[in-house]
Amino acid sequence: MAETTPTTAAAPRTATPEQFKLRMRRYDPESGDAPYWDEHTIELEPHRSVLEAILQARDRFDGSIGIRCSCRQAICGSCGVRVNGEPALACHTHLDAALKSSADGVIEIEPMGNMPVIKDLIVDMDAVHWTKIRRVTPWLIAKQPVPEREYIVPRESMIDVTQTMACIQCGACVSDCLAMEVDPGFIGPAALAKSYRFVGDPRDDQQFERLNDLAQDPEGIFDCTHCFKCVQACPKDVNPMGQIMRLRRIAIDDHQIVDQNNGERHEAAITGLVRNYGLLHEAELIPRSYGGNSWFAKFTPAAGKELLSSLPVIVRGLLRGKLNPRIAIFGHKIPSDDLKAVQAIYDKVESRDRSSGQRYELNLYIVGEDEQ
Amino acid sequence: MKVAYWPGCVSRGFTPELHGSMAKVAPLLDIELVELDRACCTGAGVIAEHNQELADTLNARTFALAQQVDGAELMMNICSTCQGAQSECQERLDANAEYRAHVNETLAGEGLSYEKGLTNKNFLWLLVEELGLDELRARVKRPLSNLKVGPFYGCYIVRPRDRLGIDDERPRDDYLHQVIDALGGTVIDYAGMRKCCGFPIITMNKEASLKQAGRHIGDAVDAEADCLVTPCPLCHLNLDLQQPLAAKTVGRELDLPVLHLPQLVGLALGLDPKELGFKRHVVRPTSVIDWSTSVVGASAGASSGW
Repeated sequence: MAETTPTTAAAPRTATPEQFKLRMRRYDPESGDAPYWDEHTIELEPHRSVLEAILQARDRFDGSIGIRCSCRQAICGSCGVRVNGEPALACHTHLDAALKSSADGVIEIEPMGNMPVIKDLIVDMDAVHWTKIRRVTPWLIAKQPVPEREYIVPRESMIDVTQTMACIQCGACVSDCLAMEVDPGFIGPAALAKSYRFVGDPRDDQQFERLNDLAQDPEGIFDCTHCFKCVQACPKDVNPMGQIMRLRRIAIDDHQIVDQNNGERHEAAITGLVRNYGLLHEAELIPRSYGGNSWFAKFTPAAGKELLSSLPVIVRGLLRGKLNPRIAIFGHKIPSDDLKAVQAIYDKVESRDRSSGQRYELNLYIVGEDEQ
Repeated sequence: MKVAYWPGCVSRGFTPELHGSMAKVAPLLDIELVELDRACCTGAGVIAEHNQELADTLNARTFALAQQVDGAELMMNICSTCQGAQSECQERLDANAEYRAHVNETLAGEGLSYEKGLTNKNFLWLLVEELGLDELRARVKRPLSNLKVGPFYGCYIVRPRDRLGIDDERPRDDYLHQVIDALGGTVIDYAGMRKCCGFPIITMNKEASLKQAGRHIGDAVDAEADCLVTPCPLCHLNLDLQQPLAAKTVGRELDLPVLHLPQLVGLALGLDPKELGFKRHVVRPTSVIDWSTSVVGASAGASSGW
């Protein structure tokens, strides 16, 4: 998924070395000096990796360049950095691709974001990433009694969690999470994807408890801002945001968890308003998200308080003609025959029962695309 | 060109100036809009979160209605969020014949069926890929000279790249830059231009939501933008309607006008700011109106021999 996916697999092995300019962000917090940019020109074949380029710069020009790496083949997740502003594994990014995405012909390499820098390109994964992973109880809490031999589980339920098992803990998604940028306490994409690994595992005994915990936490599953940054960042196609949406779906629809963050009410409000009107009735969205999915929601204390605090916005909107009073009160609807058709779709699809396997969810990571 | 036009909900609700300005701009670009007024909300990703099949079926219905529009070359929308939500559903529907047949079975009661391969483009994409930047440039009557415009794309129209068809051939995540430039404006780059406006979590974590909006607007102010332009009405709600609260949250004055894409295009095509619904903005686009008045004044002066 990441745009830096190698594209030069077919590059001839006899390619001759070329010069590439690197611009690296250097910083040593212990020195007391401010971060600075450091440029080096290295010489390597275009299909070689950015990691190899960094290592050559370190070997030839400056042994103090800090970079963490191990496997050099996109398995260990150690060499996460930003290349030209985008998160990437340095070992999984070819020099020619990196040059192409550079703004000025110089490949720019920075440490990952949302985590403190230990030195140069090395960030403190323990302070952020691993702390958040530990937060979600990342191990199986087995159903009792534990069988004498192995657990027998349906093949498809294990396939379902393989996408989250593909995570190599590189931190690329954490680096670019936009919710974490403004709310560092957000549990975040990697840890929430990890929690799906166990929520989706039929051997786990704590599905409700895990989901209730993540739903009630103000910085849990409902703090995700749906920006797709983690989906784009992940070098292994784990789709962390998609996993967060699945956590929400199971929490709300299978366990009827009503959280204190308006997550369940917000989903019910949008889903319910589209069912009732065919279109979103925006004026009803805030009261229902705070007070529950009913026209009377606006008279609840939670909704009343929020509406009161939004009063200046509402008044300004009305004065400017932004909010049409008729639409604000009655909403806008699609024609009645069409509304009936939409409601018939709701009735048919929502009546399918997940537990009996009738609910149809297509995960393209698992099934792939048709050949046609 | 004739297009099956999906305006979305918000452009007909809380941002009526968007739908209105699109209607004014379309004839100037020879776009015939056939409104899909029977179609329902895309669900903005939230219905898909609730029930994936429900979202896919509701959007397949919209796609099927679009495919019934005689002579329409494609489906067009004016909302980044609609584009993203529809693209996600279409990706699944197009990828798997069995799933498509399953969804079509639900639509059959209404006599509708979605056939794989609908072309669905945001107005921004249509401007660059169908009309073309040269043609757009040729139609400009009032170049946006000296107007410093910060692009704000909206997440759903730039990520994920594969699903949205963004590649070297079609650098759609750069189109807003290209359009501003073609209209004669000055593009202002700033840190938040492809980040999240915060709207999706406004009811769940209001402070984080407004902090996002406030920071991006603040970045654009620091980069000396005269205004922002966005192809997403939901971003517009957080960036414009909520801007006074966002300013309070980040503790600084912002006061930066935010235009909808058709408004910016309309301005360059010579339409009057009044026709484009500028007065409906919470942050009055005074700097933009002053700019357009001075440009009109200057060109009127030039034509009358001053």
